[in-house]
Amino acid sequence: MTAKINRPLSPHLQTYRWTLTMAMSIVHRATGLALYFGTILLAWWLMAVASGPGAYAIFSGFIGSWIGRLIVFGYTWALMHHLLSGIRHFVWDLGYGFGPSEREGLTWAALIGGIVLTVLLWVLAYAFGGGR
Amino acid sequence: MVEFALPKNSRITGGKEWPKPEGATETREFRIYRWSPDDGKNPSVDVYHVDIHDCGPMVLDGLIWIKNHIDPTLSFRRSCREGVCGSCAMNIDGQNCLACTTSMHDVAAGGAVKVNPLPHQPVVRDLVPDLTNFYAQYASIEPWLHTTTPTPQKEWKQSKEDREKLDGLYECILCACCSTSCPSYWWNPDRYLGPAALLQANRWVMDSRDEATGERLDNVEDAFRLYRCHTIMNCTKACPKGLNPAKAIANLKFKLVERQT
Repeated sequence: MTAKINRPLSPHLQTYRWTLTMAMSIVHRATGLALYFGTILLAWWLMAVASGPGAYAIFSGFIGSWIGRLIVFGYTWALMHHLLSGIRHFVWDLGYGFGPSEREGLTWAALIGGIVLTVLLWVLAYAFGGGR
Repeated sequence: MVEFALPKNSRITGGKEWPKPEGATETREFRIYRWSPDDGKNPSVDVYHVDIHDCGPMVLDGLIWIKNHIDPTLSFRRSCREGVCGSCAMNIDGQNCLACTTSMHDVAAGGAVKVNPLPHQPVVRDLVPDLTNFYAQYASIEPWLHTTTPTPQKEWKQSKEDREKLDGLYECILCACCSTSCPSYWWNPDRYLGPAALLQANRWVMDSRDEATGERLDNVEDAFRLYRCHTIMNCTKACPKGLNPAKAIANLKFKLVERQT
């Protein structure tokens, strides 16, 4: 008769060395989730516009504050990163970019491209919108 | 189910440091996962020192040296010692690979060689994981030729070009390095087939002689069995044979889209 052995589970996240594609897979999810919250902001903006000057003043007061700007900046990055990362997934789904240098290159491109586009958008927004 | 932390009985506690071999001029430190079903204790990490002038260059050489010279109770699987059998698949320095084809001098830049069993598997003992589920998933894709036409007098013929479509697929040795490197497989080992079984599924889908392509695609067309793959790419980076399970899975997804149009 053999008793049931309570076997341990071997370590996984605890030991596995992080890879770029592994980290960016999680970032893709996280930015996707962040976009839901960003969309709530967008809905708030539309509702504020529809409700009248009072409601809009509250909204623009929040968005204009430094914390509001920080959130919108984060939202811009999440959107840009998720967009480029999504294109990367699209390329993979078509069966391209699986070689060692291609997959790393695509992933770096999405990461760096997302940051560059975000900064560029904000520079343009401040240049043409005057920080308003 | 996503569970980042290890269960209580699996947390690593303590471990012992074995004395350095006498008379050795140069040693290499090995930190090895230990667990025995006999003493009711949690897993631990033991530290060993290998005399590198008395030992071959590969991690497997080091493990065998330890077993012969220091601690005969250390358990691990090994057979061919040349990357053909896939028995000595384990996690070395945070990456899944074969101990027999990984040089102990290449890992961790002179630091300790950390050796763990393949990730997120039940442990039989020390570095020996229980791969029952992995093999059952391989069996579930029915890895043999399915035909309806009468068997020919001689062999099933195949053109050179069609045979070439199996390159990069047939070489798989089922070592489980890829599947156990995949976070998606860690969280859903019971429902997601994992890269190894899916690469094999693709191998039979791509076989010009096989006549059950439709059924094979039906079998994997499932939110979990196939589509838990999120192209994390750990599988392809881990494969000791240089195969590309991620690409094979992408091909399966592509075939499924293709047949809808």
